[in-house]
Amino acid sequence: MRFVLLFSRQGKLRLQQWYRAGAERDKRKAARELMQAVLARKPKMCSFLEWGELKVVYKRYASLYFCCAIEGADNELLTLELIHRYVELLDKYFGSVCELDIIFNFEKAYFILDEFVMGGEIQDTSKKSVLKAIEQADLLQEEDESPRSVLEEMGLA
Amino acid sequence: MALKMVKGSIDRMFDKNLQDLVRGIRNHKEDEVSDRRIKQELKQDNIAVKANAVCKLTYLQMLGYDISWAAFNIIEVMSASKFTFKRIGYLAASQCFHEGTDVIMLTTNQIRKDLSSPNQYDTGVALTGLSCFVTPDLARDLANDIMTLMSHTKPYIRKKAVLIMYKVFLKYPESLRPAFPRLKEKLEDPDPGVQSAAVNVICELARRNPKNYLSLAPLFFKLMTSSTNNWVLIKIIKLFGALTPLEPRLGKKLIEPLTNLIHRYGGRCCFFHSRLVKCLLGGSLSLFPDARCLCVQKLRILIEDSDQNLKYLGLLAMSKILKTHPKSVQSHKDLILQCLDDKDESIRLRALDLLYGMVSKKNLMEIVKKLMIHVDKAEGTTYRDELLTKIIDICSQSNYQYITNFEWYISILVELTRLEGTRHGHLIAAQMLDVAIRVKAIRKFAVSQMAMLLDNAHLIASNTQRNGICEVLYAAAWICGEFSEHLEEANQTLEAMLRPKVTTLPGHIQAVYVQNMVKLYASILQQKEQAGEKEAAQEITQLMIERLPQFVQSADLEVQERASCILQLIKYIQKLQVKEVPVAEEVIALFAGELNPVAPKAQKKVPVPEGLDLDAWINEPPSDSESEDEKPKTIFHDEEQRHSKPRHPEMDEEELARRREARKQEQANNPFYIKSSPSPQKRYQDTPGVEHIPVVQIDLSVPLKVPGMPMSDQYVKLEEERRHKQKLEKDKKKKKQKKEKRGKHHRHNSLHTESEEDIAPAHHVDIITEEMPENALPSDEDDKDPNDPYKALDIDLDKPLADSEKLPVQRHRNAEALKTPDSEAPPVEKKTLMVHIFCCVLCLLVRSQSYNGDFCLLSEFRRKTWISGNLQNDSQVTVSVIFENKSTSFLKSMELNVLDSLNTKMLRPEGSSVHDGIPVPFQLPPGISNEAQFVFTLQSIVMAQKLKGTLSFIVKNDEGSTHEKLDFKLHFSCASYLITTPCYSDAFAKLLESGDLHMSSIKVDGISISFQHLLAKICFHHHFSVVERVDSCASMYSRSIQGHHVCLLVKKGENSVSIDGKCSDPTLLSNLLDEMKETLSKC
Repeated sequence: MRFVLLFSRQGKLRLQQWYRAGAERDKRKAARELMQAVLARKPKMCSFLEWGELKVVYKRYASLYFCCAIEGADNELLTLELIHRYVELLDKYFGSVCELDIIFNFEKAYFILDEFVMGGEIQDTSKKSVLKAIEQADLLQEEDESPRSVLEEMGLA
Repeated sequence: MALKMVKGSIDRMFDKNLQDLVRGIRNHKEDEVSDRRIKQELKQDNIAVKANAVCKLTYLQMLGYDISWAAFNIIEVMSASKFTFKRIGYLAASQCFHEGTDVIMLTTNQIRKDLSSPNQYDTGVALTGLSCFVTPDLARDLANDIMTLMSHTKPYIRKKAVLIMYKVFLKYPESLRPAFPRLKEKLEDPDPGVQSAAVNVICELARRNPKNYLSLAPLFFKLMTSSTNNWVLIKIIKLFGALTPLEPRLGKKLIEPLTNLIHRYGGRCCFFHSRLVKCLLGGSLSLFPDARCLCVQKLRILIEDSDQNLKYLGLLAMSKILKTHPKSVQSHKDLILQCLDDKDESIRLRALDLLYGMVSKKNLMEIVKKLMIHVDKAEGTTYRDELLTKIIDICSQSNYQYITNFEWYISILVELTRLEGTRHGHLIAAQMLDVAIRVKAIRKFAVSQMAMLLDNAHLIASNTQRNGICEVLYAAAWICGEFSEHLEEANQTLEAMLRPKVTTLPGHIQAVYVQNMVKLYASILQQKEQAGEKEAAQEITQLMIERLPQFVQSADLEVQERASCILQLIKYIQKLQVKEVPVAEEVIALFAGELNPVAPKAQKKVPVPEGLDLDAWINEPPSDSESEDEKPKTIFHDEEQRHSKPRHPEMDEEELARRREARKQEQANNPFYIKSSPSPQKRYQDTPGVEHIPVVQIDLSVPLKVPGMPMSDQYVKLEEERRHKQKLEKDKKKKKQKKEKRGKHHRHNSLHTESEEDIAPAHHVDIITEEMPENALPSDEDDKDPNDPYKALDIDLDKPLADSEKLPVQRHRNAEALKTPDSEAPPVEKKTLMVHIFCCVLCLLVRSQSYNGDFCLLSEFRRKTWISGNLQNDSQVTVSVIFENKSTSFLKSMELNVLDSLNTKMLRPEGSSVHDGIPVPFQLPPGISNEAQFVFTLQSIVMAQKLKGTLSFIVKNDEGSTHEKLDFKLHFSCASYLITTPCYSDAFAKLLESGDLHMSSIKVDGISISFQHLLAKICFHHHFSVVERVDSCASMYSRSIQGHHVCLLVKKGENSVSIDGKCSDPTLLSNLLDEMKETLSKC
């Protein structure tokens, strides 16, 4: 998989993860073109789109498009399944996820994606272990944050 | 003072956090404000504020802001000690770092530190980040660390380490062989996550270069029968899809487990099913024809399904079958043509792809006709362009195999020129040229069509964009010029080419116009002269002279040059014409001879003649001693003079012939000249064998001049009639030749259907094949793309590892230089060595002391060593000290002083005494930290050093200022003088054999940690590198800054560890071992 994009029906990017680093300009151009292409498609059309030498697999959930670019030899249906799995993970984590959750906690959405897919390959197929990893990492984060009282924060303690 | 500080903190508390930013942006507030604010926040030293700012930047980046300017701040946040911030830092890095980011090399040490962090989530987050921005440098530097992590105790880390290895391989292919055995081990890891990660990586690797992974087939076979994880199964099946073509026996073995799987998942798991079908097709299909029919039938059901996704996948799978078994798909032509009408572009494109393989002589015209209708209907240029290229692909495939009527094809091409806004003008042009050159019989017709195009150029020329349709004029002009003898209304065409409008065309097209109008002019001239129409001949010359100046004024250099050259030539001709000298013959001689099509790869395939060594010097290279002023021999003197003479176009026939003869001689002797095949047009060619090339005159049943644009449909109708007639004739004959026919049929049925065979081409067309040089070397290398990143991974993995194939271990830039410390480096190398060593900055140890909780001195020792000349026994060490003011007062006038020992001295500015401190070049407001560096010189490094020091400073607060002092100790451990240096086992063995080393050993009991960990600890704390590891025994190596070699043999018993050391200095060794003992006893 080359990259994952999440964008709204209005063409606003909500999440982007590129598994092949490239210059900012190229990424932005690609994202823009892809959004246009996907948004132009009608609801009943198939979820696959040939885009240059890549293939784009996308699916719409409510007002959000989830979009993955894969190489020619990758499995399209597997990618669809992957998108679905990611949505399920988001849903579990946020508890019935909506677009606003992803906007305001975009870093969490990234963390979940990173636990699930790494470097363009599926990292863990089990939902449980992904969620466990995220929860524990969050716990670690809270531990970090909790001892800091307001006074400490102000440098008075 | 305090008030100010509190104010600062409150400010910070009310800083806009991310949520506010998001809200603000959503409410369309001024973005600029938040941008400036973030910049301010980044400048602050509080890491929480910085992390918050970086987080906001990441959000802004998604909205299209360029945040590359903040790369350094991102690295700062990455190196925060708290996970919360580290996480954000790595996220931002994964979003915006790439190979062009210049600060990326600064991350190497930070990432290495995080990789060896005791907290698995630190490691995890570092691995995830790295997977997004790994560069070849990072991959090389970190490969060994990541490889170590592949055997980490936690499956969470193992899994990530295995996955990231794929990225590392891609960036640093040399790491594949050393890392592969461990990767293979992971296929049988107890943790399913790790296992699936390993399967993923190996499948990805094997897909690109399957032949290297055949030996893994049994292992995967086992996995396939035992695994219950669908995702893994699919990957494995895909892998087998790639392997079976290489090893046919695999296919038979796979039948049973695959059928089992189908039964198990059959209807339930649709995607699985389709995948399976696809894999079957990938390779083993040829083995079982039954399965094939079944598959195609199943696919038909998929395609007819109302679900668009299934339809798409069905078509995709079918195109895979098509490649190997075109016949079984051809019966579904109806279905595929139907898909062309689908609303969904993806599906239409797939169907188009299929059509490519389905055409035959019989249905080509029909299919192309359908496509032409689609071209007219298509909305959106992308799809239309796709259709256009497909039409051309379909028609031109395998050397125009399926075209029976080239007139029809030319008219199709001409029709395609009417497409608006296409970007494939050059493609159409190339086809026109190709057909006109290679199919001699069609030239007359092609020329007439091209003349018409030129006449109607105004319709086409309006679109002058690059690669636009105007490119066809290039072809049209060239064809009309080159084959002008076929032109009926040459005058008219010449007029068309001289229109002022032509000057608006792109330069390269104009250039071709200019060149070819002379060809036309020449043939008209000849025509007129032969007919004795001198007036007309002069008129045409006059026309040229009148119109050519518009090209002479062209801004395009090529056009201008050609035009002015030709203008002069024609003026000269005019002079001759006035004198009533016949000139046509000479002018036409300018363009005598025929151009032959040369295969694109011909030049590459010219074989090197025997006895020719391309690398040998032709002349001995001039030696340096040769004096420069020596007069160059004037070999070329005469020729140069001749060249400088103005060239006159008045070369008479004889002269021309003589020169041509000479050139021919030259060419015959020149091994590199690609000889042209004999052709009838060649006037000087007298070899036999020209006449046997059948050039059949076309019996044109259509008037050549179709008014307006031509209609390909006419040809379709004509063709049908012709075929019908042919069939009737055949039927008559059939009765007579029944027996023969049957025999023939048997012989050919594997290739063509009967009816197809009957269709004879309209005219016997001779397609000239593209020329290749004589004895061209057959090579299959041409098809490989040299830029393919996966090609580098085509490595034989079964060969045993050589000693030299080690991953670089914590390499410094100077690793290379340090490997051979004893060799006398030549002076040039020394320079580079110096540069390398200057770059070597290394974190040593972190030591902190606090004083009354008031402030904290964190000193981070960094050592810089340089060796120049014979400075072998004197080294300098740079210590950087981070001062952090934890008090509420303002600190200024800080001075650091150290009590020098005999051995270690602080480097002070010239003229100052040993009692003077070194001023710290900054002041510290409350809560701020900063770093200062101090240089020490060392004599001997064999013992650990402790230096006492004092920091004096002035504390300034509301009550006034006081002078304060803080004592501290600087601890230089022996290990801190070691530089991790990779060593190869052969060099290591030599070192031990040399006998110059002193020996000592220690034993530590009560060790519970794993051996792997233990080694990692020694590597990390004492700067050793592992040379070789066998079971629970390892040899390690390091080197001191003064060049002492230190070798260790570490053995692990039940609960103890014994370390035998050898070193060139006994004191250093015993001190080192003592330090090691201390570290290990803490485990």
